[in-house]
Amino acid sequence: MLLNMGPSHPAMHGTIRIMLELDGERILNSEVEVGYLHRGFEKICENRTYFNLLPYTDRLNYVSPLINNLAYVMTIEKMLGIQVPERAQYIRVIMSELSRISDHLTCLAAMAMECGAFTVFLYKMKAREFIWDVIEYTTGVRMTTSYIRIGGVRADLYPSYRESLQKAIAETRKVLKDVHGLLDKNKIFLNRTRDVAVISQEGALSYGWTGPCLRSTGFYYDVRKAHPYLVYDRLNFEVPLGERGDNFDRYVVRMKEMEQSLRIIEQAIEKIPASSAPIMAEGIEPTQAIQASRTKKVQKPIRLSPNLEGSEKEVYKDILANDNRYIVSPKEDTYTSIEGLINHFQFFMRGHGIRPPQGEVYFSVEGGNGELGFYIVSDGTDRPYRLHLRAPCFHIVSALEYLIKGRYVADVIPTFGSMNMIGGELDR
Amino acid sequence: MAMEDKKILDELQKKFPGKILEVSEVFGDAVAVIEKDALSNIVKYLKNKPHEYSMLLDLTCVDYPERAERFEMVYHLFSFTQNRRLRIKARLPEKQPAIDSLTSLWSNANWLEREVYDMFGVHFHGHPDLRRIFMYDSFEGFPLRKDYPLRKRQPLIPLRK
Amino acid sequence: MEFKYITTKFNYMLGWARKFSLFHYPYVTACCGMEYMSAACAHFDLDRFGAGWTRFSPRQSDMLLVVGTITQKSAPVLKTVYDQITEPKWVIAFGACAVSGGIYDNYAVVQGIDQIIPVDVYIPGCPPRPETVLDALLKLQEKVQKQEQEWRWKTRKF
Repeated sequence: MLLNMGPSHPAMHGTIRIMLELDGERILNSEVEVGYLHRGFEKICENRTYFNLLPYTDRLNYVSPLINNLAYVMTIEKMLGIQVPERAQYIRVIMSELSRISDHLTCLAAMAMECGAFTVFLYKMKAREFIWDVIEYTTGVRMTTSYIRIGGVRADLYPSYRESLQKAIAETRKVLKDVHGLLDKNKIFLNRTRDVAVISQEGALSYGWTGPCLRSTGFYYDVRKAHPYLVYDRLNFEVPLGERGDNFDRYVVRMKEMEQSLRIIEQAIEKIPASSAPIMAEGIEPTQAIQASRTKKVQKPIRLSPNLEGSEKEVYKDILANDNRYIVSPKEDTYTSIEGLINHFQFFMRGHGIRPPQGEVYFSVEGGNGELGFYIVSDGTDRPYRLHLRAPCFHIVSALEYLIKGRYVADVIPTFGSMNMIGGELDR
Repeated sequence: MAMEDKKILDELQKKFPGKILEVSEVFGDAVAVIEKDALSNIVKYLKNKPHEYSMLLDLTCVDYPERAERFEMVYHLFSFTQNRRLRIKARLPEKQPAIDSLTSLWSNANWLEREVYDMFGVHFHGHPDLRRIFMYDSFEGFPLRKDYPLRKRQPLIPLRK
Repeated sequence: MEFKYITTKFNYMLGWARKFSLFHYPYVTACCGMEYMSAACAHFDLDRFGAGWTRFSPRQSDMLLVVGTITQKSAPVLKTVYDQITEPKWVIAFGACAVSGGIYDNYAVVQGIDQIIPVDVYIPGCPPRPETVLDALLKLQEKVQKQEQEWRWKTRKF
């Protein structure tokens, strides 16, 4: 009998079609069809400048958007050879670990809900809201921020970030403890996930798996430890490994990774260098400053409007690299002096702006699912000639047909849930 | 160039004389351009000991319409024991671009090669099931080639307004 | 005179019952799905407006919530699902990609689902905040309340 688990189905992951050939309840053969969310990301990037295509990268792995931003921006920085200031590196680490926690929370919440544990879903969404609150206060948006820019970050952390970060960490720890109590020794959950969809280390390597799914088979590979980027070599954290490579191990590895991410965030809050200038509360109004700049150069500090808070000129040397060719000039300069205006104009005008040298580069970071890599070919103009994304869940989902062969129909759901398929990354 | 990269590239040039067209280092990555017929032999040699490039990270294609050899296949290999990456490129002509398939060595090459076929039209000898993966079967043309316009839509059902 | 009073009151009662018990079918594809999950969960609750029950079958629902980008490949699937929902039905286009194609203007994306099915409420945003979703739900409830039910009664002679 042929059964079609069609593109629009209750599993909250994305659109994918799984066609099953059944004998009673056993699966004889299956075929996975992807491409229902193919949005033409690679083609559209050939028509946008390097700065313009930052919002497109947010929407790839949409549960951990800051990590995609980070991967793209670090690839460009490798090509241009820019040095990012240290405070910006710590802020990038904090933001990307928060995104990683939110990714694992969503994946496990969906997996548990599909197995029937609806409470776990509601608890984890509650924890995710606290994390998204922190992200919203810093970046302005709950999801799909374009916060990590070439040369640093967009704005500095707001003054009371420690309290809200510590509240988010405490709430997440409480939720993780509750979920451990609900699911770890739960007979129903164990029966559905223990020894289901087992894959060996050689099988996982041959399918190109990376990330938590590979570490659940016992193979130790983490891009943060193998090729350390940002300030990960100064922070203490462990990389949890599984034993058997079944669904339950994938769940356990993700839960332990969330603990380690919380550890990293706490260490980063301790070690972050102090900001050299506080976010200003007084100064002259922008309209007065523009009027005054017509006759002579403005000396006093200018107070920017609240939605540009954190990106004042004095804070720039903490958060962005000191190179006029690759960063947007500060708003005080743009509106009150002619050099700032020329810099701004040159950055955004067609044909000018960021123009990396000719060549090609590949750089990868540890995403929520594994090694997320960007391969960019540049021909010297302001648009990329070819941009290719090494999507980790493309390789993981290509093993789905092998994993569910010979199992029951009901095993497809936790298997598919533990793989964390994200449609935006799979189909680009 | 880093010492280990130089060693690998020199060994490749010694073992396969004439098949390695260029070696270089671009922004810190080791790159080797090879003849397309020697792809499976070179990759099999690299996969075994002592080099052990045991994972195929990525497989993609770039389109240069002004060159005679229009398509350039790019392979990224990764070795865990040495913690190094290597990029291998092979150039294909415009008429009937075809190259050997790597599905016998790595299982993820199956879907990766289907994606390159769907987007560029490159055939792979020995691929078990070469058909479109992202676009629907009645789609005509290969979207990521440079001569396919960005906004040319081919709707499956009649759209109104 | 009296008869018209009964039918208007009946219309009002029917509209009241329908608007506070909307069963929705979420056709979730992309990033807006995360905001849909946030809107349906504990912080911003859809259940307090009566629309909490997610029915995963088109036959059992009366509102189609199209969340995320619709590509050319999944357009026939969307039309099939819409046709399967029984009357009366309403459609909400959630997110910029469902409203007009969003930031993707290329070969693979349908520029707005109103090229395929008729839409009642459009929610802009990329992704929209959950408060926007709740506001759109209230607007849809007003529309449901005011909808004329006389098409059922027009053919009968009194």
